[in-house]
Amino acid sequence: MHKLLQDRPGEKIMLLGNEAIARGAVEAGVAFATTYPGTPSSEISLNLFQMSQESDLYFEYSTNEKVALEVAAAAANSGLRTFCMMKHVGLNVAADPLMTLAYVGVTGGMVILSADDPAMFSSQNEQDNRYYAKFGNLPMMEPSSVAEAKDMIKDAFDLSESLKQPVLLRTTTRINHSNAFVTFGEIKPRNTKGRFERDPHRCVTVPAVSRGLHVKVLEKMKTAARLSDDSSYNFVQGKGPLGIITNGVSFYYAADAVKDLKLTDRAKILRLGFSNPLPRKMIADFLAGCEKVLVVEEGEPFMEEAVKAIAQEQGITIPIKGKSDDLFSRLFEYDPAMVREKMAAFFSVPYTPKTVVDTSDVPEIPMRPPNLCSGCSHRATFYEVKQAAKGMDVICPNDIGCYTLGFLPPLSTGDFVICMGSSVSSSCGFSKATDQKVVSFIGDSTFFHSGITGLVNAVFNHHNFTLVILENDITAMTGHQPHPGVDMERFGLSGYGRINIEQLVRAIGVGHVSIIKPFKVQKSIDTIKEALAFKGVSVIISQEPCALYAKSLKLKKIRPFMVSDKCVDHRDCITTIACPSFYLDKDNRVAIDANTCVGCAVCAQICPENAIRPLKQ
Amino acid sequence: METTRLIIVAVGGQGNLLASKVLGEAALIAGVPVRMSEIHGMAQRGGVVESAMVFGDAESSIISDGEADILLGFEPAETLRALNRCSKDTRVITNTAPVPPFTVSVGLGTYPDVEEIKQLIKAKTAGLVAIDAMSLAREAGSPMSVNIVLLGALIQTGALGFDRKDVEEAIKRRVKPAFLDVNLKAFDMGFNAAANA
Repeated sequence: MHKLLQDRPGEKIMLLGNEAIARGAVEAGVAFATTYPGTPSSEISLNLFQMSQESDLYFEYSTNEKVALEVAAAAANSGLRTFCMMKHVGLNVAADPLMTLAYVGVTGGMVILSADDPAMFSSQNEQDNRYYAKFGNLPMMEPSSVAEAKDMIKDAFDLSESLKQPVLLRTTTRINHSNAFVTFGEIKPRNTKGRFERDPHRCVTVPAVSRGLHVKVLEKMKTAARLSDDSSYNFVQGKGPLGIITNGVSFYYAADAVKDLKLTDRAKILRLGFSNPLPRKMIADFLAGCEKVLVVEEGEPFMEEAVKAIAQEQGITIPIKGKSDDLFSRLFEYDPAMVREKMAAFFSVPYTPKTVVDTSDVPEIPMRPPNLCSGCSHRATFYEVKQAAKGMDVICPNDIGCYTLGFLPPLSTGDFVICMGSSVSSSCGFSKATDQKVVSFIGDSTFFHSGITGLVNAVFNHHNFTLVILENDITAMTGHQPHPGVDMERFGLSGYGRINIEQLVRAIGVGHVSIIKPFKVQKSIDTIKEALAFKGVSVIISQEPCALYAKSLKLKKIRPFMVSDKCVDHRDCITTIACPSFYLDKDNRVAIDANTCVGCAVCAQICPENAIRPLKQ
Repeated sequence: METTRLIIVAVGGQGNLLASKVLGEAALIAGVPVRMSEIHGMAQRGGVVESAMVFGDAESSIISDGEADILLGFEPAETLRALNRCSKDTRVITNTAPVPPFTVSVGLGTYPDVEEIKQLIKAKTAGLVAIDAMSLAREAGSPMSVNIVLLGALIQTGALGFDRKDVEEAIKRRVKPAFLDVNLKAFDMGFNAAANA
């Protein structure tokens, strides 16, 4: 049995934040869950996916976040407890349904989780999604710890059901990817059979209906504001004239700082866990009891600006500070020493930071940048496109996935990346705005996510570029989740459809479609050259399973290669494809690590001396 | 309760995350509160994996620069790179067997001299235990047990204040039965190596 399905209330178990959230949803009786995977949220959905295979919980990997939210919206309007989770930028994709679903509301409890990524450990920006709650009129909750996240999601479902409004649960990477001991609670029975009751004056958002719904949603938020003022997730800890207002993981940095700075008798903390609508009365009372207030929140001054507005309404003129040049930054994540230092400065208490060891005389340490894996088919495709496009003035829009790493030398096949799907649409723009040749790259999962519409646009508006779809049969970057082009039998699962990318691309009307097997180097280069010569939209589908995934499934017999004594040491292999299986041996000659080589044979095909041969085993 | 802050640095694939889970389990057995945070986005693609473990009363789950009480490095250059997490009071335990980055493997970068790494760390911190955990892991029966060898060394130093029995029990709970004997042997070898280092 899946460890998160175990009905053993009271048992203490170490869980990753994302596992705790998945468990919390199960304890809350969640019946329906949807997602598009994205770090730092991916392990929540992975666990729900696994649990759905041994219970009556419905879970699906949807094609993108907008689809996931719309699928979930229907379930939540059929009375089911519904959970929809995504990374912060995923909520941008889902913003269209989000804003109007807030008007329509729900009949079953619905929690939408946004996993924000301050410091951008694995994201293209560090937007602060708390503003979506304010923008969209959604109640919001924010946990400060792994254990609290598990309990909070249960209350978020209750809150959603009582208000008939979706609730936003906002986490940050340090919650999602922290481990802590969590105590299992009871698992509420799941109601998995929904029924939709027709209610067009709530559910059909023509202008006449929506005008009424906007009035209603503001009323709901008034109720939510009262609940926020009474919520146990908003609390004051400690006492004294110095005030700290904080949320999320910053709460514990602030609590530790108060102890470390010996401010326990002089400072109190207002922790806000139900943070939209903010508990205005509670904040006003708190301010009234303070001489000065420090707001500690990562990201944007979301609470700070609201607290200042409340102070203005109350005629409170004490200093309130958070983000400023000499205090906290809007950049990156906070840490305990930073919070301690800023708190000491603001409250004028002495503080001597620990002295970091002097590293000025430490020799240069070679970096360890992430690299495409040994035998990664993307490397082969990038190499072949570069060879085929030799001498051309090329722009390479790239997309979001492992293959974004193609921008690194020596492959250098990434010139423009902004968001999922942008490779295709930006190619449309580049091809019209410039005379340069445009060759763009997108992974199969990302193509299904948001590449298809761009391609339809390209055909309709008669653009001129080559799109390479990297079909590796899996969503690799986020940990091998399925997508609509995947053979689900490989997961041991039946009852799924499968979309054929080639048929789809041909049906769109792309003028030139070709398939390459990237481990056949010369043949691929020839095919790519033809595609590049085509005037109009051409698509190359590069088909080869993800090397890591293939290895884990033992799809192929691995036959490693070695460098024979025919090698004359010009090192073309290293300088052009840079596969991590290469190394220099004791005699400073190129060698191949047989433990990591997967036998793609790409290097063997590009070696002018034919020096790279299968290792005899 | 005193707070002890431990940073573990490793290269993807060295088993850092399992090591921190074992220590977390040992903390549960010993009744010590613990919070852990990890950054592992690019681990499978050759990047650096870092875990922070905070034992005791502090509530934060991450560790600021200069504030690690113990630095456990699974790879010597990574231990050196993490020196900014240390103060003069930090105790350091490191593996001395390099896992060269790709740039070094193909002659495009220079790997720092391991003796120099050791001298630098020794001079700047409260003490260094340096062992060739890779050789010991091989001797124990599997190069994959390098993480548990290093746990053995960590526990021997007493820096964490854990009883070795608690950690061995945690290994039993966390390691797959087929690999248990190798790992218990690896733990013992790391423990003994640190005692003689």
